[in-house]
Amino acid sequence: MDNKDIYQKLTAAVLEGEEDSVFDATSALLENGVNPLEIINQGLIGAMDEVGQLFKEGELFVPEVMMAAQTVSAAIDRLKPLLKEGDQPYLATVVIGTVKGDLHDIGKNLVALLLENSGFAVINLGVDVSSQKFIDAVVDYNAQIVAMSALLTTTMLQMEETINAFAAAGMRDKVKIIVGGAPLSNEFANSIGADGYSEDALGAVRLCKQLMSTC
Amino acid sequence: MLIVGELINSSRKAIKAAIDAYDAETIKNVAKAQAEAGADYIDINCGTFVQDEEKRSRWLIETVQEVVELPLCLDSPDPKVLEAGLLAAGDKHQPMINSITWEKERFQAVLPLVLQYKAKIIALCMGDGGIPQTASERVEIATQLVEALTAAGVPEDDIYLDPLVQPISSADEAGLQTLDTIRGIKGLFPKVHCICGLSNISFGLPNRKLLNRIFLVQAMSRGMDAYILDPTDIDLMGTLYASNALLGRDKFCTKYLKAHRKGLYEKSI
Repeated sequence: MDNKDIYQKLTAAVLEGEEDSVFDATSALLENGVNPLEIINQGLIGAMDEVGQLFKEGELFVPEVMMAAQTVSAAIDRLKPLLKEGDQPYLATVVIGTVKGDLHDIGKNLVALLLENSGFAVINLGVDVSSQKFIDAVVDYNAQIVAMSALLTTTMLQMEETINAFAAAGMRDKVKIIVGGAPLSNEFANSIGADGYSEDALGAVRLCKQLMSTC
Repeated sequence: MLIVGELINSSRKAIKAAIDAYDAETIKNVAKAQAEAGADYIDINCGTFVQDEEKRSRWLIETVQEVVELPLCLDSPDPKVLEAGLLAAGDKHQPMINSITWEKERFQAVLPLVLQYKAKIIALCMGDGGIPQTASERVEIATQLVEALTAAGVPEDDIYLDPLVQPISSADEAGLQTLDTIRGIKGLFPKVHCICGLSNISFGLPNRKLLNRIFLVQAMSRGMDAYILDPTDIDLMGTLYASNALLGRDKFCTKYLKAHRKGLYEKSI
């Protein structure tokens, strides 16, 4: 079987959440001499891109995205020990959380999963995250991107406070801040001085990649 | 069985536009439709109007009361908005407050309103640590809520515990945690009611109405006896009356037969 067929098999297995078939495909690629980093980038992250696209189109549903992401994570974990030093797939570090007063985390976790499986290091701070916690995490992990989520009209106002807190701490220029959540819009994101907004998880990944390529 | 009609909520686009334009006609029609469909309470929520929620909610209450002879369920996280709403609603009916939680600040702010207005109270099984994932943790918070509320003088019959419904799309056992919470609560406090909204269970999945209907039946068989729902959804209401009768809670099947005569089953049979 040539590598192209194996890659196709790999993508199909990721879509089905079939961990064993994914492992078989990665082993076959390794045996054919493919570099593990390429397997991650072309095969696994590529498959995740397709999952994100199908989710956006309404073909796949939330549990299927989670299943696929879990499978990809397991496969990446198995390949990581084989990578050379400094060869890790790494685009940037993202600190992500749902803002203070808000406990919704499904969408935020989905974004975190997709980012993780797209080559970002993700620090997931959970829900009810204060401005100070975002700031501390950016310092501690040397993060380049802050991603905030809010599902309530009452808590989306908290996003502006956090952005102001970054400015007050003299750190606004050091990070890109992106926002998302059901009640938000592009106009709202602009009005509070965010660097970007996405209405879905796949868009958030694209946004992060775009922000990292322009800075 | 107690039905709270959920449609007057500013997170719904048509309602938001109507509140924004002070379009009384639209609001009145939605209120009447829910009353005719069998709602016992009409929920009033204009939480998206962050700037002037109090004023908008007073207008909503007055508008609804002009056409509907039903008590209101005042729905806001802000105790000030609740208080203004309770005042505007008057004392003709027993009001319902949506909601109190075991979060320290919220509990202390809302409890005096429950007592002063002798209101029915929806109590969410969550505390300062957020939403507990397991049923046993939720039952523990429910116990603290019931004990604190009854100690303050709220009758058990006025307490409606919300076991919290989370999407099965993000956690396989989310439905089961809710069902086990209901069973735990009913075992400890048979006189206390259980209430919930349904639509959260199906978030992120296709055929949501089917999942909502089936979850309604499953929850009812564990002891759920109140729902916040869309009473104009005839499939959902037909399921509710049928399930209620099957569980022996509908004397001489009168409500079920009334639903039959109203045509709630014509499509499904």
